[in-house]
This record gives sequence, structure tokens and C-alpha cells, in this order.
Amino acid sequence: MITLENLQKSYGKLQVLNNISAQFNTNQVVSIIGPNGSGKTTMIKCLLGMVIPDSGRILVDGAPVIRQWEYRNKIGYMPQISRFPENMKVRQLFQMMRDIRKTTKPLDEELFGMYNIPAMYEKSLGSLSGGNKQKVSAALACLFDPEILVLDEPTAGLDPLSSEILKTKILKEKSKGKLILISSHIMSEIDEVADDIFCLVDGNFRFYQSIESIKDVTQETRLGKAIAKMMAV
Amino acid sequence: MNKIIKYVLYDILRSRTVIGYTAFLFLMSFGLFNLESDPTKAVLSLLNVVLLIVPLISIIFGTIHFYNSTEFIELLVSQPINRRKIFLSEYLGVALSLAMAFVVGVGVPAMIFNPGPTSIYLVTSGVFLSFIFTSLAFLSSVLTRDKAKGIGIALMLWFYFSLLYDGLVMFILFYFADYPLDNITLGLLSLNPIDLGRVLVLLNVDVSALMGYTGALYKSFFGNWTGIALAFGLMLLWTIVPIYIAQRKFVKKDL
Amino acid sequence: MIINRYFRPLKQTAMNSLKLLKQLYPLPLTSVNGTLFPLFFLAFFTTKSAQAAELKVCKTCDFKTVTSAVKAAKPHDRILVQPGYYAESNIEIKKPLQLIGVGKPVIDAKNKGGIFQVETRNVLIKGFELRNVEVSYLRDFAAIKVYEGAHVTISDNLIKNAFFGIYLQRTDSCTVARNVVEGQARTETTSGNAIHLWYSDFITITDNKTSGHRDGIYLEFAKRSTIKDNLSFGNIRYGLHFMFSDGNVYTHNTFRNNGAGVAVMYTRDIVMQHNTFEHNWGPAAYGLLLKDISRSTISNNRFIKNTAGIYMEGSTYLHIEKNTFQGNGWALRVISSCSEDTFRLNNFMSNTFDVSTNASSASNYFSHNYWDKYEGYDLNKDRIGDVPYRPVSLYSLVVERVPSSIMFLRSFIVDLMDRMEKVIPSFTPEMLKDDSPVLRQHAYDHA
Repeated sequence: MITLENLQKSYGKLQVLNNISAQFNTNQVVSIIGPNGSGKTTMIKCLLGMVIPDSGRILVDGAPVIRQWEYRNKIGYMPQISRFPENMKVRQLFQMMRDIRKTTKPLDEELFGMYNIPAMYEKSLGSLSGGNKQKVSAALACLFDPEILVLDEPTAGLDPLSSEILKTKILKEKSKGKLILISSHIMSEIDEVADDIFCLVDGNFRFYQSIESIKDVTQETRLGKAIAKMMAV
Repeated sequence: MNKIIKYVLYDILRSRTVIGYTAFLFLMSFGLFNLESDPTKAVLSLLNVVLLIVPLISIIFGTIHFYNSTEFIELLVSQPINRRKIFLSEYLGVALSLAMAFVVGVGVPAMIFNPGPTSIYLVTSGVFLSFIFTSLAFLSSVLTRDKAKGIGIALMLWFYFSLLYDGLVMFILFYFADYPLDNITLGLLSLNPIDLGRVLVLLNVDVSALMGYTGALYKSFFGNWTGIALAFGLMLLWTIVPIYIAQRKFVKKDL
Repeated sequence: MIINRYFRPLKQTAMNSLKLLKQLYPLPLTSVNGTLFPLFFLAFFTTKSAQAAELKVCKTCDFKTVTSAVKAAKPHDRILVQPGYYAESNIEIKKPLQLIGVGKPVIDAKNKGGIFQVETRNVLIKGFELRNVEVSYLRDFAAIKVYEGAHVTISDNLIKNAFFGIYLQRTDSCTVARNVVEGQARTETTSGNAIHLWYSDFITITDNKTSGHRDGIYLEFAKRSTIKDNLSFGNIRYGLHFMFSDGNVYTHNTFRNNGAGVAVMYTRDIVMQHNTFEHNWGPAAYGLLLKDISRSTISNNRFIKNTAGIYMEGSTYLHIEKNTFQGNGWALRVISSCSEDTFRLNNFMSNTFDVSTNASSASNYFSHNYWDKYEGYDLNKDRIGDVPYRPVSLYSLVVERVPSSIMFLRSFIVDLMDRMEKVIPSFTPEMLKDDSPVLRQHAYDHA
């Protein structure tokens, strides 16, 4: 579904992505991990067209997408930190997104309902707490029932109950045959939802393996320890 | 594109800065027209303020707004929309709201107290300057990621166009007074949008004095619509060129 | 002419006896005081209107042409030209006659010479439409030319497309009234003046409309004349132009939109009152250009929207009072050679520059003028500002030296410059100031 081919990106002298290639498929939850500053967010941003790689190709359903925009109809994105126009009301944000997408598919309002977004409808986005903003952001990402979900540290600001709701949602979406990319540092969470792990260190590809095989290879039952072992190699 | 402009506009129009700016302009215009017995004189006092304040507010507000909208722009960029459209919508949203504030704050009082061509040219110049300096604001915003640096560039641009440039040109003219500088002066004027806005109003108010200027080019320039058309054309160019360059930079920019 | 010259030394006594006679005889005089005496003299000795015959000119009359009627007429006859079209030119009038057009008959010179040439006294030419006078580089052809005549009255004529309109040469005591002189001038060299006076004294020029000529009204060596209620517009050079013409009075005239405004030179003792000078635009256009004018009064005039309201050079002992200067580029441009001029009680409003000068110091006097740019205060409430007004701005000096800097008018830097100069005057002439600027506009009825 998504193919990365030899992605290169540097900011000045700093090499952020170094020759990254990967293949992500439908019905798959991939967790992108790596230490801080390893290039996770940059890779996600490349995929979303927010950062333009110096070289390499990105294919979505076989079509190159760099500097294109229509392909983003297939993607729902939840950023690490959600900041919205301060004076805009929650209602307007959803209205605007619906305006932009013009989708004919039925909307997926599950998270929308679970997080009780309508209760905040008349609040301005500037007045929302960080957690509530994340909820809005998550609800937006799922709203258009996209084939690909990209979640950048989705549970970072959420309370445990909301995190749980989101995780359940992720699994449910996977079962519909979607591709879900999650960047996260929380290993237990990854263990719960992900099938495969894609690991970056300092912009270099480290490994891309299923959780089972990682646990197999390292002979560890806890993912955190298994990963630590993998990294030490 | 329209739908994004709509939301950007809605966002800005509710912000306190634009409301304050509108109120300030309105009170100032209203006050000037009431204090001055001669409305033409009030328009001229207004012109001085317009030439200073409108560029300053436009460029500063435009820059700050752009930096503050980084996340909103990111949100939009992750959506299926053309980047160029996002950028131009943001620009038009800011420029339109500033122009609207100007029209309400200055245009309405001017047209009530002194209806006529002078006011029309004053308002047109002000609207153009709003667009031009927002355009320059967006250019300085895409030039650097650092907000403080961006505002610095914006302030420098304002200072350059509103004071430094005229001072330099006057100095050159004075220094080379013995040479024929007619066409050069006209050329140099077109390199500063604030001067263009000023000249547009001058063509109406001070035509008696301007006609005293020797030089055939000037006579044809001031004598008919050529001058006005040319000044408007150049202002339009001043609007389009910076925002075009900024847009090209933005499309390639990493967010 | 001879008579006039003979009696001129006696003018003073004659004027006195005239007053007496005027009470005794109700004289048929149409002109004003300046021309009274010679006209009276002629009327007294030569009027024989009782025996005068009336000759009619028309297609079916005894006289088919004006020329033949003039030839046949005896002195003091009256020729009545009936409506119609007469292609005639160079009609010489050498005896006193009254030529009256009935219903505006047209006399067309068809570009062959002039039309009427008067070389005698006591002639009336009235009510004609005169057309197409030849343009010549050698001779000054005119629709009506008076040569060494006197007491000639030219009134109510419409003159179209003439080289010169009305031309008075070595005449005196003539009247030019209610004529409309419309030219089609394109260049200065191929056009003459609408009303042209040369060595002519005691002339009255009133209620004429002149346009489309080189100069609207031109006087050279024309003294003690009155020019009143005329409208001069759209002439390619000057609306009014005079030189060496002392003692004339100009009142209630309007000079509008002439190529170079009004220029008057080398003259003294003139009075200009209640005139309007407006819309004279151009690098060399002036509401009023004064060159070597002295001991004259210019008062109650309006100067509206001229590039320069008054431009003066070498002019001394002038009283410039109670005028209104509005919307001019420069209200006053005073060149250094002017001195001992007084500017009092004038209104200066909406001018780009009030006064400019190239002089560092000059002895001209400004007082009690209203300046709309004055920003002083009046603490003792006597309606006179407590601080002097300096009408010369630093920027006007810059523009004087570098004309192209006019383009920076009303810019922030110019504003800053002028304000700094106001606080610490260092370049503008120290003495040029109005110590008693009035705070409210003088109310004048200029009409």
C-alpha cells in the first residue's frame, strides 16, 4: 500500500533520513520506534507531504506522491501536538474539514461520540486543554474512514480511559483491513496494538520485523526488553 | 480555496488585534475629520498616518499571524489540499481582513466627511498597501523559521520603505542635482510601494504644484490617466511579486 | 491724435471745467472718466447728427456691399447693415461714421487681409460677426484695426478666427466693449492677440470675452486705461499681457486656463483689484507673473489652483493685500530681486507651498495674513497667533534647488525634515516671517 524507496533527507549538515526503504501493507499495524531525534516524525511528515525528501520516492497504491496532494484523501493524520486556530470553534473545525474532504463515504463518528465531542462544540479551540485537543485530533483523523491512519504519539496527552478507547479503535480499524502507522515510545501500548515494528536510529534503518519474531529472536516475553536487546546488537 | 479563506477570515476577524486596529483607525479618522474644518486637510493628515501605520500593522500582523498559524497550516497540509492553495488562502484571508479593517476604519469616515476622488484614491492606496505589506510579511515569514528573526525582517522592511528609502533617494537627488534626473526619479519611485501610494493621492491633491515640474515625461504622466494607471499597475506588481516568490518558497518548504 | 496731444498738458484744468460742463449739459457720453475729456471736446465741436443720413446695406438695397456704402457715405452718416453674408475685406474708414450691424450680419474676409481699418475719429462699429482674417508674418491683419484714430467705439461684435481681433495703434479714448473674440490659435507664431493695444491711451476695455488667441488682452505702451469685467480664457500664451503701460486699472476680470497665465512687465502705478486668476497649470504658467513692476496695488484678487499664484521678479513697493490664494502649487514665489513689498491681510489656504524664495534675506513685509498651515497658539485671545509663522519651508528650498524632489511631497521624511527645521530654523530665511498671523480666515467678498 505504501512503498518508501531510498528516502534521503537532511537539514543542513544533519542527516535526518538516510536511505530509508520500506513496504507497508493493508491490514497491518506498524509501530515506528526509535530514540528521540531518530527521524520518526520526519519520516511520517515525508509520507504526508509536509516535508519534501531530498531524494527517493514514495508510492501510495503504486503511484508516486511527492508534491501531489490528492492521495491524502486516503490518509487520516493525528499529529504529536495538536494546535488549531485559537478563535475557531470546535464545530467550525469539523465543518471546515467536512468542507475540505467533500467525501461521499459515510462518516465514522465512533470516536466523535465516544469522546463526546459535541459537548465541546461551542468552545473555541484555544480554550481546550491539551488532552481535549488530542481527542478532537483523533476524532478528526478517523472521521473520514481513511484507508491509512497515521498517528504520531497518539496517547501522549490522553487520560488512560481515552487511551484505551483509542487503542480499541485502532484494533477495530485494523480488522477492517486498514494500514495503521503509529509512532510511539510506550512499549506496552505497542505490544497491545502493533503487528510489526519499524526501527530507526539516527536516521538509519535498524530493523523492520514482526513483534513475534522479535520476541522469538530475543527470547523475551516483554517487548520493552526484547527491543532493548535488539538495539544493543 | 474559498472555504479555507472563509475560515481564516473568520478566525482573524474575531481576533482582538484586528478589531483594535479597526477601532483605532476609525477613531483617528473620525477625530481628524471633526477637528479639521477643511476636510481636504483632514484627508492629508490621514494620508500621513495611512502611509506609516497601514504598512507597519500589515507587515507585523501578517508575520505574527503566519508564525502563529504554523500548526493550522500543518493540519491543512496533511489534508488533501494543494499547498499553493493553502498558502494563498492564508494570504488572502489576512490581507482581506486588514483591507476590510482599513475600509471600515478609514474609508467609511472619509467617504462620509469628504466624498470625492481624493478620498477614493486614499482608500485605494490604503487597500493596496495592506495587500502589499501582507505580501511582504508572508515573504519574510517563509524566509526564516525563527519567529523573532521573521518579525525582525518585517520591521526592517517597513523601516526601509517608509523612511530609509526616501531619505536615500532624496540624498542622491540632492547630490546629483546638476544632472537630469527626471526619469530616474520616476523609476526610483516605482521601487517603493509607499511612494506609489503617496503619489496616487498627490496626483489629486497637489496637481497644481506637480504641474510646475519641468520635463515632458512628467507632464504626460500627471496630465492624464497614464500616471494613475501606471501607479496602480506597479502597486499590483508589488502585491503579486513578493507573494509569488513566497509561495514558491512555501511549496518547497518543510513544515 | 494731434488734438489730444495738444490738450494733454491742459488736462488738469480741462477736467475741472468738465465737471462744471457736465452739470450744464447732459452729454451723450458712454465712457468712464479717463476718456471723458476728449470725447466731450469732439462732441462739443463736431457733432452734426441732425443732418446725418441713414444708408442701408443688403442684397436688395441700394448698397449691396459695406464697402460701397462706406465709400458713398458722408461724414457722420449711419450705415445700417442688414442681416446677411458679405464677403468683403479691407474696408477703409477715413471719415466719422456709424456702422451698425442689424441682426448680426456676417462679414467674411476669406483670409484676404483684415476687415475694418479705421483711420479717423468718432467711429462706431457695432453688432457684426467678423470672420476669417488672414494670418500674415509681415502685416498685423485684424478684424478691426484702428490706426491713429480716437473716440472709436467697438462693441457687441463677434469675431471668429481672426489673426488679430481688435487692434488699436496710436489711438486714444477708444472703447472696446462686449465683444467676443474667439480664435483658433495653435502656435504662438501663427496667431495674434485678441485685443491688442500699442501706444494707445485712455482706452476702456470692458465686458469682452477673449479666447483661443496668442494673448487675450495685450497692451504695450498703453497708459491710463481701464480694463474691467473681461473674461480671458484658453489663450495659448497669456490671458493678459502688458509692458510699459503705466497707470492702468484692472478690475473684476477673470483670467482662466491660459497657457502661461498672466504676465505683466516693466510697468508702474497699476491697480489690480477683484480679478480672478485660476487654473493656470504648467512649468511656466503663473496666475500672475510680475516682472519689474513697482508702486502698484494688487488687492482683493483670487488666485485659485495655479501652479504659481504670483511669481514676482524685480518688483518693488507693491501692496499685495486682501487676496485669497487657494489650492495653488506655490501661492507666492518671490525671487531675490524683490524688495519693499508688503503682503498684508491675505488668505493662504490649501496651497502646496505658501511662499518660496531663493533669497536668504530680503526686505519684504508679511503681516496679518491667514495661513491655514499655521500651528501656533493664541493665549491672549486677540485672534493673532503668539508665535510668528514662517511660510518658507525647508522642503520648498530643496525643491527650489532640486526640482525632481517634488515627488517626495507629503512623505514621512519631508514631514520630519520640515518639523525639525521649524524647531531649529537653520536653512530657511530668518527674516521672512509673519509676526502677526491671524487665526481665522479673513472674510472677503472678491466679486
